[in-house]
Amino acid sequence: MNWDLLGQLLMNGLIIGALYGVVAMCFVLIYKSTQIVNFAQGEFLLIGAWVCWWFLTTWELPFVVGFLFTLAFMTVFGIVLQTVVLRPMIGEPIISVIMVTIGLSLFFQAGMKWIFGVNVQPFPKVFETETVEIFGMMIQTAYIMSLGISLFIMIGFAWFFKSSKHGLAMRATAFDQQVAQSLGISVKNVFAMAWAISAVVSAVAGVVIGIVNGVSDTLAFIGIKVFPAVILGGLDSIIGAIVGGVIIGLLENFAEYADGQWFQVGNMYTIAPFYVLVIILMIKPYGLFGTKDIERV
Amino acid sequence: MTGQTPILEVNDISLRFGGVRALSNVTFDVKKGELFSIIGPNGAGKTSLLNCISGRYSPQEGSIKFNGQEVTKMTPNHRAELGMGRTFQNLALFAHMTVLDNIMVGRHHLMKNNFLNGGLYWFGGAQKEELLHRREAEDIIDFLEISHIRKSVAGTLSYGLRKRVELARAVALRPDLLLLDEPMAGMNLEEKEDMARYICDLNEEWGMTVVMIEHDMGVVMDISERVMVLDFGKNIAEGLPDEIMKNDYVKRAYLGVDEDDEAEGEVA
Repeated sequence: MNWDLLGQLLMNGLIIGALYGVVAMCFVLIYKSTQIVNFAQGEFLLIGAWVCWWFLTTWELPFVVGFLFTLAFMTVFGIVLQTVVLRPMIGEPIISVIMVTIGLSLFFQAGMKWIFGVNVQPFPKVFETETVEIFGMMIQTAYIMSLGISLFIMIGFAWFFKSSKHGLAMRATAFDQQVAQSLGISVKNVFAMAWAISAVVSAVAGVVIGIVNGVSDTLAFIGIKVFPAVILGGLDSIIGAIVGGVIIGLLENFAEYADGQWFQVGNMYTIAPFYVLVIILMIKPYGLFGTKDIERV
Repeated sequence: MTGQTPILEVNDISLRFGGVRALSNVTFDVKKGELFSIIGPNGAGKTSLLNCISGRYSPQEGSIKFNGQEVTKMTPNHRAELGMGRTFQNLALFAHMTVLDNIMVGRHHLMKNNFLNGGLYWFGGAQKEELLHRREAEDIIDFLEISHIRKSVAGTLSYGLRKRVELARAVALRPDLLLLDEPMAGMNLEEKEDMARYICDLNEEWGMTVVMIEHDMGVVMDISERVMVLDFGKNIAEGLPDEIMKNDYVKRAYLGVDEDDEAEGEVA
């Protein structure tokens, strides 16, 4: 066995998995507070990455400034999306709203292709050294930044939901909108906040992956990858999203290793998470941490 | 305690669900500091009326004024900010949260710090504010004698305790007007007595005006200052408990007077 390669792949898996976890958390955040399964989650990454790329190349802003501008843009984007497109859908059957998110996903993908073209565009050089060596493994600097950011976001989410006034309001709204309203919580604001946070945090993941792989519409595929992670962890569990994300990331990379070493099929990397999706749905449909009585779509 | 200025004026409201008239031309007002009860048989429209006041439903006709301010078209959360608190007929606690968190949700609209300056926890006054709100919450907890369960998850508590926590959550808003939907349903005698005492104290010592829906006639007649009777969505009687007790309709419906003696000659 090639232990070096395995170690390297598992390390990558952990880092990518943490990113999946972060995106999965955003997905769960929207599901929990608004009951909407957001099929346009991957496009949030795509838009975030393209916007950041645009700031860095066309405007030639320094990375930190461009990145902050991107976050500001995504906040506005999330709020506008919720207010203009999704707020009028409140009270409509949930399946209609899900259809709308599928429509949004197609719309954004096409829009990004129209604006930025169909080619993979590399990010301008962000870090002086592109890889660093840790324990004999070569790791992309962007990935280390990504791991740091992922951890920061996870801790931030934990603090937000446990201790902040808005987190408490969001949990209350997720549980019962009518009651939350009777306690002075504006459900509209909570929904807008959920979409804004989700868009911003997804964009961070999009930028990180964009730095490593270049920006192209394959980024949107992360939105689909997140499904196995979320189903594995439980559709309404924030912790589950993280655990699910990390497991899927590790599994993916292990599948690549196993494929390369033994099976020689060639695309197990892409397929493996979806086997897990099917198996989990068969044996534990509520996921590892999910609530038993939640609705399935 | 009871002043003359009305805190709540309900003026000629009608509520329809399709062809069903849930409320027809209901008019009444509640004075500041009053303990006002609404009684009536099941399906009379009591909860619908409360929902109109709290903003969950909006009546097709009529207007509702709270503290002299027109609130008929306001959202429920806006009304809560103006000082209306309510409890629900079916328990509506946030079952996965602790008792303390449930109560802290009630403090939500009173907290001024948002999550930007909340990041400056130790500098921006957020810490001071949170301590203040925690102290308020603890006062309410002490008052309702639920300090032994403050860290318990709400979903694990007994029915009577959950009702009490729900009351605590509504009180945490520090409302001027407290709307209680059957606060004593499903309780045993002892729990009912406790609840009645809390409601009286909230009314007298904490100065909250209370509008209560309740089926237990003993309690209603005992603690209310005025009572309104609702049937088929209409206000059929309103007055002091003694007057209501003497009302023929109420006697028949609630007080167990033999129908044959009283209602002879009416359609059986």
